[in-house]
Formats: sequence, C-alpha cells, structure tokens
Amino acid sequence: MKHVLREIASFRYEFFESIRIAIEQVLQHKVRAALTALGVMIGVLAVTLMGTAVAGIDKGFNDSLAKFGKDVFYVGRWPWSNVGNDWRYYRRRQKFHFDDAQMVNEMIAQTTDSTLELAVSRDERYRTVRVGRNSIEGTQIIGTDASYVQVSPMDLEEGRFFSEQESVAGIRVVVLGYDVADTLFPSVSPVGQSVIIQNQPFRVVGVLARQGSFMGLFSFDKMVAVPEKASPAARWDHRDIEIMIKMREGADKQAANNEIEGIIRRVRGLMPEDDNDFEINRTEIIEAQLGPVKKGIASAGLGITGLSLFVGAIGIMNITFVAVRERTKEIGTRRAIGAPRRAILIQFLVEAVFICLIGGGCGLGLTLIIQSLAKNIMPAFPLVFSWGLLIIAITISVLVGILSGFAPAWAASRMDPAEALRHD
Amino acid sequence: MIPIIDIRDVWKTYDLGETQVHALRGVNVKIMPNEYVAIMGPSGSGKSTLMNMLGCLDTPTSGHYEFRGQNVAEMGDNELARVRNKELGFIFQSFNLLARSTTLRNVELPLIYAGLDRDDREERAIIACEKVGLGDRMKHRPNELSGGQRQRVAIARALVNNPALILADEPTGNLDSKTGEEIMALFEQIYQQGNTIVIVTHEDDIAAHAHRKVRLFDGQVVEDTITDKGRKR
Repeated sequence: MKHVLREIASFRYEFFESIRIAIEQVLQHKVRAALTALGVMIGVLAVTLMGTAVAGIDKGFNDSLAKFGKDVFYVGRWPWSNVGNDWRYYRRRQKFHFDDAQMVNEMIAQTTDSTLELAVSRDERYRTVRVGRNSIEGTQIIGTDASYVQVSPMDLEEGRFFSEQESVAGIRVVVLGYDVADTLFPSVSPVGQSVIIQNQPFRVVGVLARQGSFMGLFSFDKMVAVPEKASPAARWDHRDIEIMIKMREGADKQAANNEIEGIIRRVRGLMPEDDNDFEINRTEIIEAQLGPVKKGIASAGLGITGLSLFVGAIGIMNITFVAVRERTKEIGTRRAIGAPRRAILIQFLVEAVFICLIGGGCGLGLTLIIQSLAKNIMPAFPLVFSWGLLIIAITISVLVGILSGFAPAWAASRMDPAEALRHD
Repeated sequence: MIPIIDIRDVWKTYDLGETQVHALRGVNVKIMPNEYVAIMGPSGSGKSTLMNMLGCLDTPTSGHYEFRGQNVAEMGDNELARVRNKELGFIFQSFNLLARSTTLRNVELPLIYAGLDRDDREERAIIACEKVGLGDRMKHRPNELSGGQRQRVAIARALVNNPALILADEPTGNLDSKTGEEIMALFEQIYQQGNTIVIVTHEDDIAAHAHRKVRLFDGQVVEDTITDKGRKR
C-alpha cells in the first residue's frame, strides 16, 4: 500500500515537473512554439467558428420563428420552397381575395372544436416612403388588419398598432418598422407625424420595437404596416394576398393543416375532384432550406479543421523529435539520476500537449474576438458561443498533442541512457 | 559486511554486425563501503563501459554483478532506474545541469523521481547545497556560476538522496587545476563523512587522491593497488 502511494506521489511530481519543463521550453523557444501551434490554432479556430455559425443559424432561425408567429400557417398561391421552372403553373392559380380571411374566420367560428384560432390576410408591396426630403425606396408595405398583432405578436417602441375601426374604414394610418422610423425621423418622435406613400399621406400611429433580422432575410425593422383597405395596392385588384392562420395552442399540427385544407377548398369553391390550387406554408419549409446551408458550413469547417490539424500534428511531431534530439544529453542525465522511462515519456507528451493547448487557446480566443467583432459590424450575422466549444477546443488540442507527441516521446523514453549521456 | 559493488567475471560485448567488440573481458572488482577508488585506463580500455555498468546504466552481457547484494544483471529497466535514483550519485565531466533551473531546482531533481513532496525536497536540497558550500548560490542559474561552482551543484545533486555510491566521471576534466584541486578537496571531505566514492579518470594526480587504484587495459583489470594515500591511512 505504501509502495503504491509512493508511486502515485512520484507520478504526480513527475507530471508537475513536466508541466514546469514544458513552460520553460515554450518560453525559451517562443517563435518555434508559436509557429508549431499555428496549425492547431487554425484547426481549433475553424471548428469553433463553424460551431458558432451553426449554433447561430439555429438560434437565429428560432428567433425568426417567434417573429413569424408561433403555430402560424401561411396560405397563398405560392409555395415557399424554390419553384424553379414551375412558376408559370403557380402564376396561373387564382389569387386570394381580401375577404377570404373573413370567410375563413367565419368557418372557424362555425366549426365545433376547431383546431384553428384566427385568420388574417396580408399582402405586401414595395413602395417608396417619403418624409420631406427623406425617403426610403422599396420599403416593404404590409397591408393587413388590426388582428395582425394577435397572429404575429410584436412589441411596439411607441404608439400603438392601428385599430379595428381604422382598418375597417381604411383610414390612412401607418405603423413603422424601427429602421424606417429611425431613417425618416432621425430627431423627432414619428408618432403623430405623417409620411407619404404613393402620394398619399399616412399618419404614423406607432413604431415597432427593434427586432433585428436573421441574415438580413426576415427583417421587420425595414417594413411598415397599413390597413389593408388603405394599402397603395388596394386600388388595383392585383394584390397577391396571403392568409395567415393561427392554430390553437397545443393543437395537432397535422389536424390543423387538414382543417385548413378543407376550409380553403370551400373558400375557393373547389370540387372534390379538383386539385388544391393553393399552398399551405409553414416555417418548417424554411428550416428545411437551411439544412443544406448548415451542412455546407459544417463540412467546410470539418475539411479545414481536419487539414490544419493534420498539418499541425505533423509540425508538432517534428518539433518534438527536434526537441528530443536537442535534449538527448538532458534525457541521459535525467535517466542517470533515476528518472524511469515513464517520466521521460510523460515529459515530452506534456510538452506536445502544452503546445497544442496554446494553439487551441489562441484559436478559441480568435473565435471569440471574431465573434464580438462580427456582432458589432454585422449584427445580423449569427454567431453563438457555447461552453461546448471550449470543451471541444481542449479535447482536440489534447488529442492532437498526444497523438503527435507519442512517437517522439516514446523514442525518447526508449533511449539507452548511457548512449544518451555521450550525446552532445 | 556486504560489498557495495561485487563484479565477478563480467563481460560486455557489443555486436557490430560483422564483428563483435569485447569492451569488458572477465572483469572482477569488489568495492567495500567507505572506499575511495580511482578507475584508470586509456580510452578504449573499457573504462567507460565499466563505469556505466557500475552506475547501473548498462547491464553485463555475462557475469555477475551485485550492488549491495542486489543482483543488478537481472534487473529490468524500472528497477535499474530506482537503484540509480536511490543508491547512486552521478557526477559528470561536463556537469550536466539543467541550464534554466536554479541551483536548488537542479539539486532537488533526483528527489522528484523519488516521489518526495515539495517541502521535503527543498529541505534536503538546501542541506546538500550547504554541504558543498553553495549556501549563498541556491537561487542562481548555472550560467551565473563558475565552473567549480557548477561542479559543486552537481556534487550536491549526487549527494542529495544519500547514495550508497558516488560515481564521478572525470569530475575535474573541464576545470582548471586550481579549481580541480578544490573539487578534489571536497571529495576528500565527502569521503571523510563516510561515503563511498569511485572516480573515473585518466590523470594520475587526480587518481592520487584516491586510496585505491584500479587500472584497466583492453577490457581487463591489469592493476588493483592501494595508493600512497591509502597506505598512509
């Protein structure tokens, strides 16, 4: 028992000694250590950046999902997925009408135990919004009604959303997205002011809180909302309306989907033999489209990681061999004064791992710097750091160190001590 | 009394492919506790091979080697390392200190491999440093020390675990004669304290400090005599 304890103690002291030697060696050969650690640094940088990007996409997507409104179905002529060459087919479909949402709501009301809660119509146009000399071209103008906020909840920076009466009467009032308000009214509060959309004045009743965007895709900050009847497109009946339908909380998605299908077929007056002439879109469709993006990032990251770690590992193996050769006499001396083979093996392994950890630490640090820079420069670009990355970085560094340091460390531990002592 | 070293008919043969080199050819040496022995011989005489053997850095091809009654010829690598650590103190011609470590760190190095904790290591290293007159140089690094002081560090390192045998290989080879004499005086002092010392040298006046002279030639012991100094004793 005492013998075992002594063994453990000496193992521990050998290990501490090895760490001390490793620090001394790195300090003595700073440039060499830095160059050697570079490969591992790039590898860890690649893998952690990839990790932050993938985690960021997921987070960004989930955030956007909340903006889209939870459990909301989007019914329209067009599918959200890429239609490719079939666009002519979808284009020929009958358009939805402004009153269709109302019909859907009536049918929901008539259905006992409906899985659905509320439908609201939504059209979008892109027009210039102007205040005095300030103008924003191509602003997304959503035409909808007051119940929009019930389907897709959004916070207001100031003011209010337009009311039921305003939307029924088609009063020209507008709710501005955060960026729109910021651009058009840099110094005054926009509420109560008026903006010009297609030569018509609209009174601002509210400003939406900043929502941010997801890779610039679904920004609510750059849009404005007006009552549908007051929409600049209302005068021509070629609007492409979508109907947003919110299902009841906790309802089965498939059941809701089926119910919507039945309701819309009735609204569209389809015969049993007719095919659907509409699409029921869900946010999952977007999620599915993000899959390949994530996969692309992951595989590119893995490729870079693998390559640079491989190069890094060879560099570390090489430098450890050099260190073993340079310090052959030291190895002989240590052996002569009683270091077992194990101690020499540990010493060089620890050195290799130590260099890898420096590289890994720098890689992780760079990732954090890039992440915070990206946050400032491109707030939309999704990068999310997680503690898992730290564990990944450490694991990779230690593994690379052990794998690449083993051969030279083993060679060092197998040296004939008498031979090593003669070395100069 | 159990001899420190008991070598009987030891052969060491190096196989160089086509030829075989017999570095030692039937060597017999017995060294008792508190002896002071010089091993002499020209280069190629087997002197270094014998020293490696005595230092448990190498094992004989054939023959019998007992170190304090332990059969070294049969030992595995870890056991040899343990014997070197606990029973032997090495002193080298070129000092072989760790260049970036302080005197104290160099001296306590063997104790790390012995599994002593930090406080014990430091306590014993300080005692060893004071024994060799380096009490005021403990925080210095080798490049801040003179050659004689460096060799004293090495001697302190050899003494730190109270070895049964101190083995010095040309300990004055890299020193000027005055410093060499100082080091030899230190050896004498260490010997007087009851230690057993083996010095490998090719210089007669260094060997004259020892009390017994073993001369090797061509892998065999050709002389094993008491020196003048040994006779006076």
